[in-house]
Amino acid sequence: MAQILSPLPGTFYRSPSPDQPPFKADGDAVAVGEVIGLIEVMKSFHEVRSDVAGSGLRFVTDNEDPVMAGAVLAEVS
Amino acid sequence: MAVKVVTPGLSTTVQDLGRPGYYHLGIPLSGGMDRFALRAANMLVGNDEGAAVLEAVFLGPELEFTSAATVAVTGGELPPKLNGEERATWEAFPVKSGDRLSFGFLKAGARAYVAVSGGIDVPLTLGSRSTYTLGALGGHEGRALKAGDELPLGQGKGSKGAIPANLRRQPGNPAELRMLPGLYRHRITAEAGKRFLADTWKVAPEADRIGYRFKGGTALDFVPREQPFGAGSNPSNIVDACYPYGSIQVPGGTEPIVLHRDAVSGGGYMMLGCVISADMDLIGQLQPHAPARFTEVTMEQALAARHDRQAALGRVRAHLGL
Repeated sequence: MAQILSPLPGTFYRSPSPDQPPFKADGDAVAVGEVIGLIEVMKSFHEVRSDVAGSGLRFVTDNEDPVMAGAVLAEVS
Repeated sequence: MAVKVVTPGLSTTVQDLGRPGYYHLGIPLSGGMDRFALRAANMLVGNDEGAAVLEAVFLGPELEFTSAATVAVTGGELPPKLNGEERATWEAFPVKSGDRLSFGFLKAGARAYVAVSGGIDVPLTLGSRSTYTLGALGGHEGRALKAGDELPLGQGKGSKGAIPANLRRQPGNPAELRMLPGLYRHRITAEAGKRFLADTWKVAPEADRIGYRFKGGTALDFVPREQPFGAGSNPSNIVDACYPYGSIQVPGGTEPIVLHRDAVSGGGYMMLGCVISADMDLIGQLQPHAPARFTEVTMEQALAARHDRQAALGRVRAHLGL
């Protein structure tokens, strides 16, 4: 089981904007370099890219949750 | 003798102790948000305490050295790695030409100070090497670093040593920010003043070098007034006034903002008071969502706290034999 960690502290968002669907849903496959969410900090949004590939993505951090740097955002099996 | 920027981090800037003397013209102090950590980093590598260093926020850069030097990383716990091998924070270590310095995930605090022996030798702008990004002034081309930048280094002698945890300072949980009540305090009710101090606030994600915004507390109740000529219509508006460094403005009465090193110098929001100089370094180490409380002090207490901070720097100098 691999983990995707937040590189930054801030607020986690799962979709590119409130009226758009999430980048990824639970159970989706993910490739290396794919965007799985955004972190908002210091008035800007930063893409979180997966550094692992896998078939079963499972988010452990909810949309709009505050996160610390190094927090687990999702697990990949 | 230079440092090459391989990756820049989130927003890494050249900073020294700042650019006082131009605030009346709208040019802020700038300089390190945590000046204690900046001075300590310089002491560790044998520099003058006010030499220019790199301030990295939340995410470290990756750097490559083109000559041998001494490096120290202080401030928040942003673990340095030399050629992939972890090094301690608050401790000087040597680097060779071709060595790469990178960083692990931030473990505590918000800003790391990377001092290199000789100092970052960018040109002086209005007497300082600090970067003021909003005004595109100072530092390296007036902006945060980018991949491919090459920063010149001064001539340094290097040093050795470490600063133990008991000589450092970390914000508490919640952080306690002491403030001197002031200027426009009469605009809010006595009850609102009490609640402001009783509430635990949280750092808003948009907090930056200009100001630290806090949220999660109770909105302020204002004393009714007749709108003065020149003031906006919101009860938090005043006739435009100077904004001191450290002043706590509350636009709309909802989310207090503490102005920091890149502050705007004036505007039309009422200020409840000022965070005392001794506690401004702590703000620079608060992450988004970190809890904080404000406590009131007198001018005598504020000056005593300033002396305490000077004494704490004195202990670091004594420990390093400076």
